[in-house]
Amino acid sequence: METPDVHGADGLLGEVEEAEADLRSAASRDLEGTASFEAIVAADQKIEPRDVMPEAYRKGLIRQIAQHAHSEIIGMQPEGNWITRAPSLRRKAILLAKVQDEAGHGLYLYAAAETLGVTRDELTEALLNGRQKYSSIFNYPTLTWADMGAIGWLVDGAAIVNQVPLCRCSYGPYARAMIRVCKEESFHQRQGYQSLYVLANGSPAQRAMAQDAVDRWWYPSLAMFGPPDTESTHSAQSMEWKIKRFSNDDLRQRFVDMCVPQAEILGLTLPDPDLRWNEERGHYDFTQPDFEELMRVVKGDGPCNRQRMTHRRRAHSDGAWVREAAQAYAEKARAAKGASREEVMA
Amino acid sequence: MTSEPLWEVFVRPRRGLSHTHVGSLHAPDARLALRHARDLYTRRQEGVSIWVVPAAEITASSPDEKDSFFDPAADKIYRHPTFYELPEGVQHL
Amino acid sequence: MTPQPIELADDALVAAQRLSEWVSRAPTLEEDVALANIALDQLGVARLLLQSIGDEDELAYRRGDADFRNCLLVELPFGRSRGDLDFGWTMAWLLYLAAAQHLRYADLAEAGDGIAAKAVKESAYHLDHASQWTVRLGDGTAESRQRMQEAVDEIWPYTHELTEGIRERWLAVVEPVLKEATLTRPQDGWKPDGGRKGLHTEHLSYLLAEMQALHRAHPGVTW
Repeated sequence: METPDVHGADGLLGEVEEAEADLRSAASRDLEGTASFEAIVAADQKIEPRDVMPEAYRKGLIRQIAQHAHSEIIGMQPEGNWITRAPSLRRKAILLAKVQDEAGHGLYLYAAAETLGVTRDELTEALLNGRQKYSSIFNYPTLTWADMGAIGWLVDGAAIVNQVPLCRCSYGPYARAMIRVCKEESFHQRQGYQSLYVLANGSPAQRAMAQDAVDRWWYPSLAMFGPPDTESTHSAQSMEWKIKRFSNDDLRQRFVDMCVPQAEILGLTLPDPDLRWNEERGHYDFTQPDFEELMRVVKGDGPCNRQRMTHRRRAHSDGAWVREAAQAYAEKARAAKGASREEVMA
Repeated sequence: MTSEPLWEVFVRPRRGLSHTHVGSLHAPDARLALRHARDLYTRRQEGVSIWVVPAAEITASSPDEKDSFFDPAADKIYRHPTFYELPEGVQHL
Repeated sequence: MTPQPIELADDALVAAQRLSEWVSRAPTLEEDVALANIALDQLGVARLLLQSIGDEDELAYRRGDADFRNCLLVELPFGRSRGDLDFGWTMAWLLYLAAAQHLRYADLAEAGDGIAAKAVKESAYHLDHASQWTVRLGDGTAESRQRMQEAVDEIWPYTHELTEGIRERWLAVVEPVLKEATLTRPQDGWKPDGGRKGLHTEHLSYLLAEMQALHRAHPGVTW
């Protein structure tokens, strides 16, 4: 198995660009005749929407892309919670733009999922009835302004570490969507880190707020990489099909190795007394997140699961009359157009 | 549940370049589709012109037809300028 | 009559604050993105205008409601009561507001104002967006038509203060949209005002309490 290198944010963005360049160069290498699914994947070429693909590949991708899209949409809530209270106009504008990007990213991903033969309505329905999940991280509350910084740094940081390898995913529309998402998200992580840096170097109250936020978000962020490899159910097949490229544990390690020096520069403490450099492994040793807690939250008993779902369902049902009106208008307009065409014909 | 039609979005990134497919979105009609495309796909000055096309109106070739559609072009190398060897010294050709 | 920069700034700032209530709650995800864009535009113009007057955060976060000079319309909740979030109401509100802002920015841009030159393009887009929706909701279903007519009627009185000095030109923009939407143009009657003098509705101090609480809890720090 490949071991991911340690990179900072610049390195990650560099990897996104490399993935984009590889996507283009792979496209210019043609395969002989009509290549099979396996041959296309083996040659690091992309599978495209109407290609023949194993049903399990299609279903697995729909599940993964949908979960990813839902996470972007539900993820708007914890940060949206602070837009109206942002403490400066500059921060307000940044946060508003960031949360808007999340809606945009959700839409890019829904568009990618739809190329696999599922409709947006079906995906929306699956989110609202709980059949499809979203990332558990968004079931934690944002209690102070410093949470905006901690989410940007840790949650977006973990998301980027997870997502950068997906820019090389074997499914073309997903890979292209991820390249776009990762490029846009690099600003999210930077603004979070910078916001936290200002707090860490601010008044005692601001500093305490920053430390408290890091204390609360550290372990849930580590849990974002999913269960340990020994318990991960989808990993092996996903790797073979080049949907996933690194294991959960490898990515988690990579994230920890990135964060430790970043925390030092912030002057904040990561809440793990056993965190230390292991010369032999060339990595930091760290305490694993509480995976039992993760499973409880996944199953619906996190602090905000009910609140997040209620919010989403309500937005959807409150908007029903608007969607119906727009559809009725469009139908009337089409009918009128048809009628005037008939008049011309007559 | 009401379902809004799917629209494919094409953006011309800069003057002099072709419109390129960037993704899709849902909207009840063409005018709103165009506006949503502007808000969604050009938030970072990615374009100077947008097309939206109803996805249902696109007729695509299928992968099964790939050979009969595209292979016949493979042996017509005389369509490419590099096929022709020119006498030494000829310029502007 | 030329509006004072602080009046335009406060209109845009309070409008941005109101519009950001929509984040993650819009009828479609596409519309969520659109509303956030409009909120960002309003906030952007508010910041430029405030910066031309003084310290933007000092002005936004340290003034009480009696020092704000926005018109009453922008501070209204998006519905009859505090906490309401009605999309039709929001589009009627935006139609009225953007039509007025567009005229005022166009006048200023013509007189050579750089901020207005940027703002006029954005407000043209906001006006178009609100017009598109007003027409669709007015001429959509029976329910949407009733809701839209109600919103158009309820907010109408507040447009008198909003359009002081540009009423005729504003009507020339708004009336055709209402007509295309098959909505009845509301009758003129009650003309509430006071915002330009700092005499606001009850809604503004709630809006400011939410906006300013964190900033005021930590005086003198950097964010």
